[in-house]
Amino acid sequence: MTDSKTRAAAAPQVSGHEKTSEKSWHEVVLERLKANDVKLIVYVPDRVFTPLIKAIHADPFFITFAATREEEAIGIVTGAWMGGMRGAVLMQTSGFATIPNALASLVVPSQIPALIFVSERGTLGEFNLGQAMVCKTMRPVLNALGVETHTITRQDELAFIIDRSIKQAVATLAPVTFILSPLLTGGKVFEQ
Amino acid sequence: MTQKPTGAVSAHNAKVMNRFDLTKRLVATLKHDEAVIGGIGNANFDLWATGQRPQNFYMLGSMGLTIPIAFGVAIAQPERHVVALEGDGSLLMQLGCLATVAMRAPKNLTMVVWDNGVYQITGSQPTPTAATADLVAVARGSGLANSNWAADEDDFDRLFAAALKSGGPNLIAARIDSKPAVGATDRDPVQIRERFMRGIGGKK
Repeated sequence: MTDSKTRAAAAPQVSGHEKTSEKSWHEVVLERLKANDVKLIVYVPDRVFTPLIKAIHADPFFITFAATREEEAIGIVTGAWMGGMRGAVLMQTSGFATIPNALASLVVPSQIPALIFVSERGTLGEFNLGQAMVCKTMRPVLNALGVETHTITRQDELAFIIDRSIKQAVATLAPVTFILSPLLTGGKVFEQ
Repeated sequence: MTQKPTGAVSAHNAKVMNRFDLTKRLVATLKHDEAVIGGIGNANFDLWATGQRPQNFYMLGSMGLTIPIAFGVAIAQPERHVVALEGDGSLLMQLGCLATVAMRAPKNLTMVVWDNGVYQITGSQPTPTAATADLVAVARGSGLANSNWAADEDDFDRLFAAALKSGGPNLIAARIDSKPAVGATDRDPVQIRERFMRGIGGKK
């Protein structure tokens, strides 16, 4: 299934293991959002996502602003989708823990292709016990809701996963969650 | 001496009106396929009972997200006016959205708050608006300068017609009684979403 010929034929824009080492992870994310016409980006700030948020603000293609809560951001992109505009939300692991009701009672039953990007805290060197605990709740919730979820650890798979998953979300009217691992982003490092 | 936060009409001297009656008046004012987002519970039940316009969205769950959803529609379709119908208890759950809306200042968004001072659908337990909180003052404090209590039905009509004409965002709060909704929304989220999307051209 992953033989290079099949993959190349199926994915004209992005190959499975594209050489993107000259680009940073946030440049790749921004590029794929743009390539898939995802115009509206609503976020609750996160230190690791800061370069991505800055770059999105700097690019006039996007409409972007912070929401006061993650579920507010989910509501906004849901409305935008119904009005004909694609949107993504950016949040941190602890923010994800505040949205299961919005997912279970709005996004999933209404079949909204919400694109959810989570900056993963709570693992691989976490220094805050609360973050470590809340991280353990994220995947079980996503599994329980049957939400397509990808943990992205490798730069060379980033563009392919995002590109294909946005297309799948829109085609199948289903949300998708991208968990951006510290292995990809570097994560937040404890400074003494 | 501090200025009265809500002008001449306050939460305390506004007439207690009826949600279904006001919803009918509101819908009758719509002439340009405006989108209407009905909040969880009685707000969308009464909207449903006014007749199922294709431009209506009935929010069955996600308490508190009526205004965020309406704001999202307003962003995607800046030429269409969008109206959010939200209850006091629901708005109290998501007050931050008022600050977000104020900061972004969409011209095409009107927020209507039905304030009966109770969580009506769960057994009419009192909300803080029955005692101390004033949602128009909260909205103004969040940066929504065009926030007003409707003194009576005529004032509500006037405020709503003005909101549709003038630049938004506008917030209109109405004190309402605790009469139950006169209808009940057909609980089919996919059909509701599909119909709404086609009704506002979000999907061809």
